[in-house]
Amino acid sequence: MLEVTKENFAQEVLESDQVVMVDWWGPKCEHCLELMPDIEKLAEKYKDKMKFCSVNVSGNRRLAISYKVLGLPAILFFRNGEKIDELSGQDITIEDIESKIQQYLEK
Amino acid sequence: MAENYDLLVLGGGPAGLAAGIYGARAKLKTAIIEKGRPGGQAATTGELINYPGFGPGTTGPELTQAMAEHAKAFGVEFIKDTVIGLKLDGNIKIISGKKGEYYAKAVIIALGAEPRLLNVPGEGKLRGKGVSYCATCDADLFEELDVAVVGSGDAAVEEAEYLTRFANSVTMIVIHDEGHVDANPVSAERAFKSEKIKWVWNSTVKTINGDEIVDSITVKNIKTGEESDLAVDGVFIYVGTVPKTDLVRGILELNPQGYILTDDKMRTNIEGVYAAGDVRDKYLRQVVTAVADGSIAAVAAQKYIQERELWEKEVINSPKPVVVVYYNPIDMQGTEKTGMVDQFVKKYPEKFNLVKVDATRNELVKARYNISEEDLPFIHVFIGGEIAATINEISEDCLREILK
Repeated sequence: MLEVTKENFAQEVLESDQVVMVDWWGPKCEHCLELMPDIEKLAEKYKDKMKFCSVNVSGNRRLAISYKVLGLPAILFFRNGEKIDELSGQDITIEDIESKIQQYLEK
Repeated sequence: MAENYDLLVLGGGPAGLAAGIYGARAKLKTAIIEKGRPGGQAATTGELINYPGFGPGTTGPELTQAMAEHAKAFGVEFIKDTVIGLKLDGNIKIISGKKGEYYAKAVIIALGAEPRLLNVPGEGKLRGKGVSYCATCDADLFEELDVAVVGSGDAAVEEAEYLTRFANSVTMIVIHDEGHVDANPVSAERAFKSEKIKWVWNSTVKTINGDEIVDSITVKNIKTGEESDLAVDGVFIYVGTVPKTDLVRGILELNPQGYILTDDKMRTNIEGVYAAGDVRDKYLRQVVTAVADGSIAAVAAQKYIQERELWEKEVINSPKPVVVVYYNPIDMQGTEKTGMVDQFVKKYPEKFNLVKVDATRNELVKARYNISEEDLPFIHVFIGGEIAATINEISEDCLREILK
């Protein structure tokens, strides 16, 4: 999974040819840290069919706010520079994330 | 394939971790089933300064992480799974998770509690879009923004103070009269002194407003009925907790609020099933009481397993009828009678086995047969695992009766 920041977000996410999943997390968000190892596994499993990035919101707060990320964890999907879907809030499960990923996999 | 354990602990917060430590230390094959990372609600608490021996500077994640390491070092197995079903009657308790089934001789339920919802329009839709139940998780997103905190308990007031480090302003929405909060005086005093914290008294939140993200809340004054909108970017809700007891509803006895009822040994209404921590009906819900509950539950569970296995072997599964004498070791007259039974049964070794039980200490028989000290000594004759006769007044004559 590629760690992106406000500096390279446009290049890695918005300008990507692929569908991009962005995992927004923070060092104090326990649920984010809890999900992370499983998200890494999903990223590995689907790496040929989707691009996977993560953003640490501490240090990239304005970037987060600009995409209306106001609660962690948040999982956003982008295609052609546009946000196409998202999951957010404390209740997200790894199963939710996987089924969303499957919805946007490249055929 | 189901795994067999001596002790299964459901939930990996402080209560569960302490139960694991004590269980493993007592040489029980112990596992903690936790859906996420160990730590529970305490892991989402920034400052945690009341735990004895760990003063200012201690954080929830640090302390609970240390507890989890401790449990691992003592040999507790951690199972990452979500519990979806329980079958608790019977000697072997069956726990169903999303990933598999687990069997145990005793179970400690330490599933904890979760934040109570306000149940107002907008709350569900804007969750994660400005509505939050965890300041520690989300606070830094609200840097230079305006937020409201609903509630006035310890969590509300302490997390509001934490939010002031990030947010531009923090407005407390409090249902009580001016100056009255539910929080402890030390935290309240600190919050009252903060220049960033504003207070709105006698008020509740009626709606949370915004299309995509929160842009205001509608606040209602419960005394005047007056409603007003307050522009905020975030709302942090701290209006208490609700126990995670949906899985045991109808199985275990709960209080009207849904917390599990236990005795002082953490026993529930089902033999071999214990509850510990925030999920339990109790006076004070803190890390320090959670770990105390967990350790008591594990010790009680260990004793129960030992007593039950012995009881099965010596009494329930005995091929011969068993004369069980329940006695009190410090009652001299009683022990004399016990001796008489001893002599009597020895004459008929082919007919009976004798089991003597100190019923002041054996929790299993005390609970199972509802024995109180005034009844001692007395006898149960077991045939094929069932009580066939009861002798309350022990005498030679009565004993001869049972020969028949």
